[in-house]
Amino acid sequence: MTTFDTIESERLYSGRLPAYAPYLVLLIAFAASGLLALLLGWGIVPFVIVGGLIAVVGMPAWSAVVENRRAATDRLVTSVIWAAFAVTLVPLVWLIWVVISKGVPAIDLSFLTHDMVQRLDPATGKLVAGGGLEHALIGTLLVTLGAVVISVPIGLFTAIYLVEYGKRNRIAKVVTFLVDVMTGIPSIVAGLFGLALFTLIFGVGTRMGIMGSIALSLLMIPTVVRSGEEMMRLVPDDLREASYALGVPKWRTIVKVVIPTALGGIVTGIMLAISRVIGETAPLLVAVGAAEAVNSNLFSGRMMTLPVFIMTQYSTATPQGYARAWGGALILIVIVMVLNLAARIISKIFAPKTGR
Amino acid sequence: MITTSIRRAVVPGVAALTLALSLAACGGSDNGDSASGSGAAKGLSGTVAAGGSSAQEKAQEAWRAGFGADNPDVTITYDPVGSGTGRDNFYSGAYKFAGSDSAISAEDMAKAKSACGGSDPIEVPVFISPIDIAFNLQGVDSLKLDATTVAKIFSGTIKKWNDPAIAQQNPDVQLPATAISPVHRSDSSGTTDNFTDWLHQAGGGAWKTEHSSDWPVQVGEAAEGTSGVVGAIQDGQGTIGYADDSAVASTKLGKVSVKVGTDYVAPSADGAAAGLAASKVADGAAASQLVYSINRTATDPSVYPVFLASYFIACPTYDDKATADVVKGFGQYIVSSAGQKAASANALSAPLPSDVADKAKAILDKIAAK
Amino acid sequence: MSTTPPDLETEEPLIQGPYAGVKFGRGDKAFSTVALASGVTILVTLAAVFVFLFIKGLPGFTADPEIFKPSSDSFWGYVGRLLFGTTFAAIIALLIAVPFSFALALFISHYAPRRIATPVAYVIDLLAAVPSVVFGLWGARTLAVSSQPVQRWFDHNLGWLPFFKGPASATGRTILIAGVVLAIMCIPIITAICREVFSQTPRLNEEAALALGATRWEMVRYAVFPHSRSGMVAAVMLGLGRALGETMAVSMVMSSTPIITLNMISSTNSATIASNIAANYKAEDNRIQTVLLATGLVLFLFTFLVNFVARYVAGRGERGQR
Repeated sequence: MTTFDTIESERLYSGRLPAYAPYLVLLIAFAASGLLALLLGWGIVPFVIVGGLIAVVGMPAWSAVVENRRAATDRLVTSVIWAAFAVTLVPLVWLIWVVISKGVPAIDLSFLTHDMVQRLDPATGKLVAGGGLEHALIGTLLVTLGAVVISVPIGLFTAIYLVEYGKRNRIAKVVTFLVDVMTGIPSIVAGLFGLALFTLIFGVGTRMGIMGSIALSLLMIPTVVRSGEEMMRLVPDDLREASYALGVPKWRTIVKVVIPTALGGIVTGIMLAISRVIGETAPLLVAVGAAEAVNSNLFSGRMMTLPVFIMTQYSTATPQGYARAWGGALILIVIVMVLNLAARIISKIFAPKTGR
Repeated sequence: MITTSIRRAVVPGVAALTLALSLAACGGSDNGDSASGSGAAKGLSGTVAAGGSSAQEKAQEAWRAGFGADNPDVTITYDPVGSGTGRDNFYSGAYKFAGSDSAISAEDMAKAKSACGGSDPIEVPVFISPIDIAFNLQGVDSLKLDATTVAKIFSGTIKKWNDPAIAQQNPDVQLPATAISPVHRSDSSGTTDNFTDWLHQAGGGAWKTEHSSDWPVQVGEAAEGTSGVVGAIQDGQGTIGYADDSAVASTKLGKVSVKVGTDYVAPSADGAAAGLAASKVADGAAASQLVYSINRTATDPSVYPVFLASYFIACPTYDDKATADVVKGFGQYIVSSAGQKAASANALSAPLPSDVADKAKAILDKIAAK
Repeated sequence: MSTTPPDLETEEPLIQGPYAGVKFGRGDKAFSTVALASGVTILVTLAAVFVFLFIKGLPGFTADPEIFKPSSDSFWGYVGRLLFGTTFAAIIALLIAVPFSFALALFISHYAPRRIATPVAYVIDLLAAVPSVVFGLWGARTLAVSSQPVQRWFDHNLGWLPFFKGPASATGRTILIAGVVLAIMCIPIITAICREVFSQTPRLNEEAALALGATRWEMVRYAVFPHSRSGMVAAVMLGLGRALGETMAVSMVMSSTPIITLNMISSTNSATIASNIAANYKAEDNRIQTVLLATGLVLFLFTFLVNFVARYVAGRGERGQR
């Protein structure tokens, strides 16, 4: 197992390929592929695929001739890994490109400041749509805010309990286990739970923003607990002990010493949790439903949310609907990315304080 | 809850202001009232959830817009979830009224009655529209097909576009050898119900099952809702599907003219209206129900037999006065000339014949609170 | 229980550990109670979710067979079909995602120059944050449409395989494309964990391998992989968990019918549990909701099992190293 079974009796010094070899191979491969493409009239896709294949095969082949078999294997794996990297970039770049190129034309001021309430044009009797997502933006903000208000206190206090009070007692173990289980709840099941719970209490057909908040907090709590727990565990015990030695009670120690020290990490964790749930569609579709007008009351009636807006506009299957869906998708991605970036910046700023 | 009741108390006074504000907020796309029919309700308030037929989706948008212009404080939501689901949700009480492309079946009548506190539910036709058999085939805009051929296409026995059965009826069309890819509804749908009814009645035995809201054959591509079907047809080559005319009209898809008697008839609102005129009112319905049993085998070439008569299903009484008023007012608006005009402008439906509209209005007038 | 001395129980049962001797005031008691209450809330909530799904979903297991028609005539036949679709889509996703994720993780941890590796790692993390509805939109509007010729090619050239029996879907909305979209969604998760695991290989092991004359690949194969095996398995399982529970991307991309078929490119595809719920939840008919809740319960237990195995494997690996 531990011996290198591929090592054979070879000369220690075999030939080496020059450092520029990979670039040379790439150049030749794509030149050859380009020539073929010109001769056979290929499009861009076969050109790239064939060029890549020639490069992936050509590099180890050259190495096998000049160097040895082991070096050739190494070159092969290296080329395959670079190729895999390039291939994974394709859907990512493609996705972002499509969302931006189709989303940007759809977005203007009226897109952001109108809802989807429609009016009849008095002259022609035709429908005139407001054609915007103001209602969805407001709905998403409120529902997510509701989820944050529910899950952050519960999540943080649970983390405090796990770290500070219940050091490895039975309750703490059970809670840790259940938090693990919670990470695995499929989001649609969380939505069904919210729907079924409120249907039971308020009767059939109930739809409220708060139902979505509850479903989202089921998904958010585990992330908040996990990150909070990890960050508070990073706080060195010396700090706590110093505080106790000054006669500070334990809860003041937690509030004044532990939490401020871990704050950067905790906030980062919360931001990442928000960015995860803000794009959730299935639970909101099930529990909050769709609406056309602005509804800013979490406790009464349906609300539109951004992911559901994208979904419903997509399902209209009209060019205008698709354009609005792409516009909504771009805005949603931007929100998520901004949250992510902010989380990273916050964690950078507070990083030295965590003691490492 | 508190906010709602406050809003209800204050609303009549500020309704005009709200209207002005909301118009201002929406860029002034609408200046003044849209044409409202005689005796239309004004100044109502309340929130009503409804849903059902996705064929009615466009018409419902127009109706809500028209009704909302007179009653800015009413919120009516309409989920285009399909007729079957719409009726189910009406039975369970989640929807206060439902749009449905087929009437309540005899088996379900008991459920509908219990949803309405024991009285017979109201069913009136509000939307008459042709169902297009639309296809996406390069270079072909229209085809002539009889019901038997369409039945064979949708059950998967005719697999290629250049099949002799199709070619024989379209001698002038250059048919490619593309595979046929039928698209059907994945949800329980009244459009499916009407379409399979036609296939069964007119198909001469090529369609094995009776009419049903759930697609009975496990062949072909499933898509959700009328718009989903249209989207799927557009995304593929060699696809064919069925959808309400209002959703197909704005696309570049080809339409099938179906064989009626010895002629081939293209889908049109007039053809659908003629089809309704050639059908009889169903026997044995309660006084509050105006239900048609549709004749799909007419031979008069003015009839387009693949159409749906879509119903407005509601209760004669509601516990809550606000709900009763909104449902009644909305129903009256729908069957009024203004409502029917809005629907035909936006959803390309045939306006209700005036005698039918009058009967429907008489039934709807009886809606009241308990 | 019986071994605990009774006087200890009465004093401060909530507070143990190194600070057990410290005096606590009223504020402390309140604070610790709130903390405990939060923990218990989670406990109760989760128990509630489970009990609730169980009570509401249980009648679904014996529901009127008429609901399942025309696709099936019993609950287990119905859920079996859905479970098949769920697993099939997830397997397609993993078959694509796993090799790419491992390669990408290795690329970041061992192959790429540092100035490339850091931004790449960051971009992959961002990919994990893209909402599933956007993936769904892209999959249905862009990927499915542009993949039509590829799927037709599969049909023509590999049609003898049961997977590519065809006829190829005209719209491209097939389980194969749903699997590809799921794979793209799984790659960031698997990559992130594997990258972490790979980079935790003891530096000395790697340098020892290199010093013995190993090439970089031999070093990876003999020093990095053995050390990371359990972490890699756990990463794959977590990716599987995500693929099983994903709803929107699948229901937007795929045209589904509840049947069992291995054919990946035809227009008739097996529905997954989650996409089936999303397609049918609108029916507020009690019987249908009950059945959906029952399938949701099955999905919950299934993903729970997968996650549990993942954590067990990861835990065993950790213990093995200490």
